[in-house]
Amino acid sequence: MANVNVKKVDRITQTLWEKSYIPEIVRGLSVTSRHFFRNLRPNKAKRTTFTREYPEVQTVYPERYRGLHRLMLRDDGQVRCVACMCCSTICPADCIHIEAGEHDDPTIEKYPSIFVIDELRCIVCGLCVEACPCDAIRMDSGKHIPPYGERDEAFFDRDLLMQLGGLSQAKQGGRR
Amino acid sequence: MAEVLIPIIKISVIVFGFVMAVASLMTLLGDRKQSAKIQNRIGPNQAKFFGFSLMGIPHFIADGIKMILKENITPAGSNKFLHTIAPGLVFMPALIGWAVVPFMDFYCTGTVQTLPDQNYTEICVGGEWKNYFSIMHMNSGLLFAFAIAAISVYGAAIAGWASNSKFSLLGGLRSSAQMISYEVSMALSLGGVLMIYGTLNLNEMVRMQGNMFGDWLPMWGIVVQPLAFFLFFLAGLAETKRAPFDLPEDEPVIVAGYITEYSSMKFAMMQLAEYAATVFIAALIAVIFLGGWQMPYVYADGIHFLGNHWTPFGEEAWYWISIFLRIGAMVFKILFLVWLQFMMRWTLPRFRYDQVMTLGWKILLPLSIANLFVTAFILMIL
Ligand code: SF4
Ligand code: SF4
Repeated sequence: MANVNVKKVDRITQTLWEKSYIPEIVRGLSVTSRHFFRNLRPNKAKRTTFTREYPEVQTVYPERYRGLHRLMLRDDGQVRCVACMCCSTICPADCIHIEAGEHDDPTIEKYPSIFVIDELRCIVCGLCVEACPCDAIRMDSGKHIPPYGERDEAFFDRDLLMQLGGLSQAKQGGRR
Repeated sequence: MAEVLIPIIKISVIVFGFVMAVASLMTLLGDRKQSAKIQNRIGPNQAKFFGFSLMGIPHFIADGIKMILKENITPAGSNKFLHTIAPGLVFMPALIGWAVVPFMDFYCTGTVQTLPDQNYTEICVGGEWKNYFSIMHMNSGLLFAFAIAAISVYGAAIAGWASNSKFSLLGGLRSSAQMISYEVSMALSLGGVLMIYGTLNLNEMVRMQGNMFGDWLPMWGIVVQPLAFFLFFLAGLAETKRAPFDLPEDEPVIVAGYITEYSSMKFAMMQLAEYAATVFIAALIAVIFLGGWQMPYVYADGIHFLGNHWTPFGEEAWYWISIFLRIGAMVFKILFLVWLQFMMRWTLPRFRYDQVMTLGWKILLPLSIANLFVTAFILMIL
């Protein structure tokens, strides 16, 4: 036991003034009543309430907030995704389901004929965005995942995701 | 006819118009809004009357409707009869005590005269005193108030016992133990006050507090007995089972104490009774220590200040003005004390149970006995 380092912590002793409680209670009361009266001021800007009245006042999300997925579009408005399966492979929650289809345009090899993300299973890790080689999937829609009544409503399919999408600045099939 | 009608009007105005209104508003404004303000929140504001949130008051109506519509559960194995009457037993004492609380002096059918040379005693010339402003005129009003306040613990103990639940039983036991410990110091702390006033009649007490030291300092209870005021205030807080003394319903330890097994309106009654008791204790403190309906320097026949005397608006009108001022003063004092009690609730953390007992028996009791002795000694010398 001799080599155990014991650190002696001095107990904080109360003075008689503190032990009599009443001055300390008055001090505490003055703090709480200061807050009370400050938050009763008619001028709402001078109050110090932190509450955000959510449905009326929307939250402003930071720029890099990972929200709902969106599928980006090509210049001609088609889906940018080439169904390479990178995102569904890396997805730790295994929530992306892709079925590849053959595209009519010979310059485009594949496209996703089915692309469903189960937003309820998604853990919002953002790995799918990292994995995508052609900037086809993003999570920067700025919307949080809405509440669902039914489980099916959480399955976001390709067209729904494309509605949130937009044009990418990256050139597809171009040289890096 | 008038003999029957007047008490009925008095009872309905005081009990329903004041006590119940304040107590039920306190469930909302006192508890939820006040705590919200202290903790930099907004508090409930979503229930609305025609789009106005009105400081959240509609919430209290919504709560009431919700409480009425809830299922009334009586747990299996409980004593149905006792379980059902217990909320009433808690609730009634909180209201009966108001019988003796004076909201104003007696009404004088003649003219009132204040005698500055006799310590500002008010006398009624050419008429008689009529009791219009307290429900009952009782010579031993203070004893009555104490007896009634002490009875409410039966309700809590019975509720705890009849519920057939360990948490409830513990809550009931805690509440009885706490009640008994604090009742002692509460009553003893008043010993000094009683010695000074020499009466148990609450209205008489308030009249005595109209006396002045040297024409400027009102002889309120808090002035002559400051220590007793603190003791009584603390013991009163403990009696009403509000935080920091809400051990009988200590959520983290015994769920909700003796109200664990209550639901629907029975639960609401239990809660309301607590708020009504808070208001009652506030009224007692106001009457005994803060001069009740007395306003400093304002008397029924005018304003007396430093030996000067003037009567604004003429005698007749001033009498009515003084009546309203005095009722207003009483109501204001009660509301202020209720506010203060709620402030304490949101300021101080809950005591441990042994600390509550230590505070009651080892600090408050000796202090109140000491206060009694010192007061007696000083009175003997003077
Ligand atoms: S954010 Fe993560 S969990 Fe969600 S779909 Fe992308 S990879 Fe899967
Ligand atoms: S979204 Fe990107 S990573 Fe996923 S399949 Fe399409 S191209 Fe590949």
